[in-house]
Amino acid sequence: MQSAQAEKTDSQASESWPRQIYEALKAADVRHMAYVPDAGHSQLIKLFHGDEDVVTNVLTTEEEGIAIAAGAWLGGQRSVLLMQSSGVGNCINMLSLPVQGRFPLLMLVTMRGEWAEFNPWQVPMSKATQPSLEAIGLRVFRAETPEDLVDTVTAAAAFAYEGDQQVAVLIGQRLLGKKKW
Amino acid sequence: MTTAMTTSPQSATLARREAVATLLSRRSNLLVVTGLGSPSYDLHAAGDRDDNYYLWGAMGGAALVALGLAQAQPAKTVMALTGDGEALMGLGGLASIAIAKPLNLVVVVIDNQHFGETGMQASHTGLGIDLAAIAAAAGFAEARTLWTMEEVGKLAETLNAPAQGPRLYVIKVEPNNPPRSLPPRDAVHVKNRLRAHLGFPVR
Repeated sequence: MQSAQAEKTDSQASESWPRQIYEALKAADVRHMAYVPDAGHSQLIKLFHGDEDVVTNVLTTEEEGIAIAAGAWLGGQRSVLLMQSSGVGNCINMLSLPVQGRFPLLMLVTMRGEWAEFNPWQVPMSKATQPSLEAIGLRVFRAETPEDLVDTVTAAAAFAYEGDQQVAVLIGQRLLGKKKW
Repeated sequence: MTTAMTTSPQSATLARREAVATLLSRRSNLLVVTGLGSPSYDLHAAGDRDDNYYLWGAMGGAALVALGLAQAQPAKTVMALTGDGEALMGLGGLASIAIAKPLNLVVVVIDNQHFGETGMQASHTGLGIDLAAIAAAAGFAEARTLWTMEEVGKLAETLNAPAQGPRLYVIKVEPNNPPRSLPPRDAVHVKNRLRAHLGFPVR
């Protein structure tokens, strides 16, 4: 009985983390969002789409979002960028802008290619995600559980928007679960 | 033997510095973001101001920085002033701008049909790629190519006019490099200067 309840609580936590992240970002006064979709971000994307106080942008490639976020900050708004780990490779030169201009940047990156991955093409960029972000000058945090993720996003948002830092939060594939093929 | 793509129907005679100065001669309530290289020099030569933001890198990003700025500042008109090389690197961004439908964003491409900063190699626009046609197909509210100073002067008068969506103008200019007019390279300084202009405290 007790274990069934604990299981239910765990399952609720794993289902509610997108809403908790959304609420953490709203509490941080994020009113602007850009994304290349990923299955792991789908609930968070829906929540932002349903919020008329948030401007959302769907991108053709992830690097566009780096430039858009810098522009939003120039105009006084806090922006968040959502992508999958494969998209990090598209961003590297564009990250010169927030790094050199000390623009706040918060990227939430869902990981592929690292846990029960079916598609081997996801693996090389998965391996390169954290080293390449750090090489261009970003601070990288990782989260492996829903609880840790909500705390990490809250801290990363403060670090980015209050501390003018460029931050990526990597959301472990183990947390997201195995993709069904 | 392969068939060469058609080249431009007419040759460009506008001097880029004069064209940019004319374009901005009626400037008011306008924030300008430039693409790296000559467009940054052109804007600086027209006058260094707090409401300019110059890119010195991040190629392909100018129009998208301008999009973010336009979305955050809907009461201002925002111009991305860029070159053909930078615009070509950010072609996908034109699709993202088109669907975002900002009413206050103008993309101006100073098109010399060459990569001027790196030795004047021919670019795609001189080999038949029509950026205005691409923007029109993407759904920009207005997209045209300008060849004369008279057309540029008319555009200068309408930058702040109400629009139905994003606009893109290609201004064809002579392929030469005027003496460089170098804007500040300190991206933090220029950022803080623009934000202070908009009323945000430097912290």
